[in-house]
Amino acid sequence: MKMHLFFTFVDILEKRRCSSDLGHALRTYSPSPYEGAPSCSTADLNKAVLESQYLRYVTKETGSSGEDVRQEVCRILEEMSQNLQLGSIRLMAYTLTKVLKRLFTGIFVNMEGLNMLQQAIQESPVILMPNHRSYVDFLVISYILFTYDIPLPVIAAGIPLAGMKMVGEILRRSGAFFIRRAIGSDKLYWAVLSEYVKTIVRKGCAPLEFYVEGLRSRTLKSLMPKLGMMHMVLEPYFKGEVYDITLVPISISYDRVLEESLLAHELLGIPKPKESTTGLLKATKVLQEDYGNMHVNFGRPMSVRRLCQGKINRCQYNLIPRDLPQKPSAETQACVSGLANLMVRIQEEGSLISPWSLMACLLLQAPTTVLTQEGLLWHQLTEKTLWLRKLALDFGAHLNWPGQVPDLDVMSSTVTLHRSVVHLKAGRVYLVREEEPVRKHPISPELDVIRTAAAVLMLASYRNQSLHVFVRPCHARSDELFAFFWFLRDIFSNEFIFIPGKSSQDFEEACFLLNKCGAVDISEQEVIVSDARLEVLSFLQALLQPFIHSYQVMFRYLCEDGGNVFTEKQVLPAVRNRATKLILSGELHTYEALSSDTQKNGLSALQRLKTVTKLRE
Amino acid sequence: MNYGSSVSGERLFAECKYSTQALHIILNLCQYLFFHRQEILKWNGWGYSDTRFLFNKKGQAEFTGKRYRLSGMIIPALQNWFEGTFGASVQHKSPAMPILTSSAVQPPTLNEAFVDELKSTGIPCSHDAEDRVFRGHGHCLHEVFALREGKVGRVPDIVVWPNCHNDVVKIVELACKHNVCLIPYGGGTSVSSALECPPEETRCIVSLDTSQMNRILWIDEKNLTAHVEAGIVGQELERLLNESGYCTGHEPDSMEFSSLGGWVATRASGMKKNIYGNIEDLVVHVKMVTPQGVIEKGCQCPRMSTGPDIHHFIMGSEGTLGVVTEVTMKIRPMPEYQKYGSVVFPNFEQGVACLREVAKQRCAPASIRLMDNEQFKFGHALKPQVSSIFTSFLDGLKKFYITKFKGFDPDRLCVATLLFEGDREKVLQHEKQVYDIAAKFGGLAAGEDNGQRGYMLTFVIAYLRDLGMDYYVIGESFETSVPWDRVLDICRNVKARIIQECKDKGVQFSPLSTCRVTQTYDAGACVYFYFAFNYRGLSDPVHVYEQVEHAAREEILANGGSLSHHHGVGKLRKEWMRETISDVGMGMLKSVKNYVDPKNIFGNRNLI
Repeated sequence: MKMHLFFTFVDILEKRRCSSDLGHALRTYSPSPYEGAPSCSTADLNKAVLESQYLRYVTKETGSSGEDVRQEVCRILEEMSQNLQLGSIRLMAYTLTKVLKRLFTGIFVNMEGLNMLQQAIQESPVILMPNHRSYVDFLVISYILFTYDIPLPVIAAGIPLAGMKMVGEILRRSGAFFIRRAIGSDKLYWAVLSEYVKTIVRKGCAPLEFYVEGLRSRTLKSLMPKLGMMHMVLEPYFKGEVYDITLVPISISYDRVLEESLLAHELLGIPKPKESTTGLLKATKVLQEDYGNMHVNFGRPMSVRRLCQGKINRCQYNLIPRDLPQKPSAETQACVSGLANLMVRIQEEGSLISPWSLMACLLLQAPTTVLTQEGLLWHQLTEKTLWLRKLALDFGAHLNWPGQVPDLDVMSSTVTLHRSVVHLKAGRVYLVREEEPVRKHPISPELDVIRTAAAVLMLASYRNQSLHVFVRPCHARSDELFAFFWFLRDIFSNEFIFIPGKSSQDFEEACFLLNKCGAVDISEQEVIVSDARLEVLSFLQALLQPFIHSYQVMFRYLCEDGGNVFTEKQVLPAVRNRATKLILSGELHTYEALSSDTQKNGLSALQRLKTVTKLRE
Repeated sequence: MNYGSSVSGERLFAECKYSTQALHIILNLCQYLFFHRQEILKWNGWGYSDTRFLFNKKGQAEFTGKRYRLSGMIIPALQNWFEGTFGASVQHKSPAMPILTSSAVQPPTLNEAFVDELKSTGIPCSHDAEDRVFRGHGHCLHEVFALREGKVGRVPDIVVWPNCHNDVVKIVELACKHNVCLIPYGGGTSVSSALECPPEETRCIVSLDTSQMNRILWIDEKNLTAHVEAGIVGQELERLLNESGYCTGHEPDSMEFSSLGGWVATRASGMKKNIYGNIEDLVVHVKMVTPQGVIEKGCQCPRMSTGPDIHHFIMGSEGTLGVVTEVTMKIRPMPEYQKYGSVVFPNFEQGVACLREVAKQRCAPASIRLMDNEQFKFGHALKPQVSSIFTSFLDGLKKFYITKFKGFDPDRLCVATLLFEGDREKVLQHEKQVYDIAAKFGGLAAGEDNGQRGYMLTFVIAYLRDLGMDYYVIGESFETSVPWDRVLDICRNVKARIIQECKDKGVQFSPLSTCRVTQTYDAGACVYFYFAFNYRGLSDPVHVYEQVEHAAREEILANGGSLSHHHGVGKLRKEWMRETISDVGMGMLKSVKNYVDPKNIFGNRNLI
């Protein structure tokens, strides 16, 4: 058992290692569900959706014959619906125990959070909102809930998973329901999905789990929340169909992510392998490696009713039938977006920062050539890491830094765990680049850049795990302060999570934190940089530098070469090429400019600021 | 207000009014009448003085008096229910002040010129403290709670008893002339703070008590209408009409005490509205005295297309425009046959679905009400001691049948009570139709007795509040109307909100939060909420109560419910009027008020 500042984490694998896996899978499972909920089978749920007044309205709108639409709805439901069954859960539990024990040293779960969740589930419909950093996330919540006798969730999943042989069906029976990726203007599909989700929430038949970020984050940095699902989930409260809804933000943090190298390559434009069962089997080689610990931090359950107090006037639904399809009002949209962003912020705050993430921050601030060639002095890195640890604590981060072990041992074992990224030799730390395939010709400089970039992006991902701790003070580092803060916050609001409409609070927070760590002195009118602690400011500046540079590359490309009209497909490779050239010529120092996610975020920011407009064909 | 035997006394007194020694006699008689009235009605609680609940020395609950079916009976289960539900104890008493100390009442602010002229008309009046206090409140919790503690705020300065329409015309003229404030007073059963004197009112406040205007002036048997003075009290009106073989069928829960004029002024609703209609359906003609003169229609026609119906300015005006003095009402021959009934449903959802279906088929009986599980248990706790072993054996058997054999969960089941009325054959036919529908929703017929007890509960529940207040329990009921598709949601959400607010406000014990659906319409239903809690440990229980009720009302509005179905707005719910009827709607009401009563003579400040 480990003690943290606020939480008591328990390693759930500890018991599994000293008792029978089969016994665990076959344990008596008798959760106490939401009291108001009648038990509802898959068939009941689908029937309720099929016969809903909402779908009747939508059917009328489509204009096609009732019977055709009905059949189409049945098809969609068949593709979509979950089929949660205890038998499959037991099978899942058995398999997962085996796999998890092999992958992780420990899976730490905070018991307070779990107890609060157990309570909350009996009182109102519960929405589980984990962050999504790895495919491993997918069933781990269900696994934990199964272990602690808590009702199992139904889980929103991407449709590609359903296509996997066997695995798709197992997931379905473990509670997954599947959503198409590009729904676009398919009104009927949208209607069936939203009625399906709303029915689950209304009836409270099971907790609902979904990733508010929409996707697995390739950069390990929080993504801008997607709002569609959030709207569906919250609507039953807005319309008075349930008294309250409980949101439970869950932060999953990994010491080491299984897909680290895969993700880096995806960011460099090398397509990810399609989800397939054979692919999964091939991936079993990842099972041979050590991934350290996983932390699952169940956040404090939050009442939607309280969160929405004063933000939404529920009377707006009084004058129209509640089933009638309607565009959400501006007020509703703002409220939903605010809540979604808040959830992601809470996920960030609840995640545990590993020593490795702090080290990654510092490693990236060394010139890349130092990392690849001369190597960074180990004692320099460790000293600086300890300094950063203090800063992170000052900024309110939750660290996952083992207390009983000497600090140096912690750091060196961290480096050992991450030998796929760095290695320590003769008191210096080097970046590990992929093995060169045996070739006849020398590798081209462009390919060499990609090789370095892959390693840098892996490092950047781990840095990103702690970025949210520093991001507000980062933005406030300028002298022109609020205006500049506001500008940066605006530019980067696709990159980092800021709750809309809270810019002055964010600014206050930034100033407060900077003041707290002694980096600035704040009088009534002025913010004065204190010379003694320039260290903090230069660290923060360097932390943000890669993003500023990457955006600059992007923007310059658009100004100079982009032309007036372009497609996203053209732009991303073109920007990447340009960045590669700039790196080779030594004008650009950050390899992160090659990351497609950063480029996309930059593009979205320009769209949001109306500098770039999206044309529809 | 019902005066019972006091009526003859007041008649006597009315006839004396022109005698030469008038003043002296009037003062004496007022005193006499006041005491007489106190013997009949409580001054700081609900209803008749001889009727109350109490826990006797054995700790058993007893209902005193002789007026009700339950009177004089022992109610063995009540104590357990009471202590169990509220966490209260019969050991912990919070008794009321037994008598009012006159020193608690502010001396009256009299407009001498008005009083002199009023006296010269010979219309009886009084500024006796107890007369004034009696007419300075309705039956909101905070009003009764304050009286029990002997606290009195601003009360009318003078009470006047007009005997007929012309008396009212004279009083209103004098009020306008001398700029005094008039507050009409009927039965005093308001639960909307409508009778409270606005504390900011500096003028002399005159309470215009309509109780002497209580005659049926004529009955028109060809058109089946009756012309009645507005001060008549519901049960008296029915009794007098019954003597001629007629009834109005208008039976609000307060009908023992509330008056015809009050019904018109608040848009009242009666239990049997499915057959007879609500007050707006029953009224054919109204006469109201306003500062601008008398408003009335020129004929007694069943329906007219003559612009907006002026009756709708009068109905619901809550005493802000004038005094209703005479009303022509529809009457019906007395029903040949009445039958109670009840149905048990496995849960509230099924019960609501059944009521909805009954409304859809437009076959609602005279009354149909659905109580939730908590209220079902409450009703059960009010069962009087059974006299024979056989009855208790039968009860046990019924319980066994419903819970064990039919598998109803005693903590979920709920009951609908029914009242059928009409000629015998049709009633039986109707009964079958309704029970058939109920069966489709899993409903089981549960006998006449349960039904009748349900309706009795309506009349005694207000007495129960007084019992609660003797033991640290305070509570109240409030109502709304809501579209059918929202009924379940509003019931669930409002009850949950009450519980949560109590918790948040530091109430130490879990409250009673229960509801029933009391009326069905084509497009929706009327829902009643009961809410009570044990206030031990709270420093300002009434304030907590008001905050919770306020939150509950917000919840009602957020769930598509109305501000009021029939209690009215008064001053208690005024703050929500604008969102209820829109800015223009407010403007319309205000411009009518400004035209009819520019000097705000009818200054009770209700509604707008």
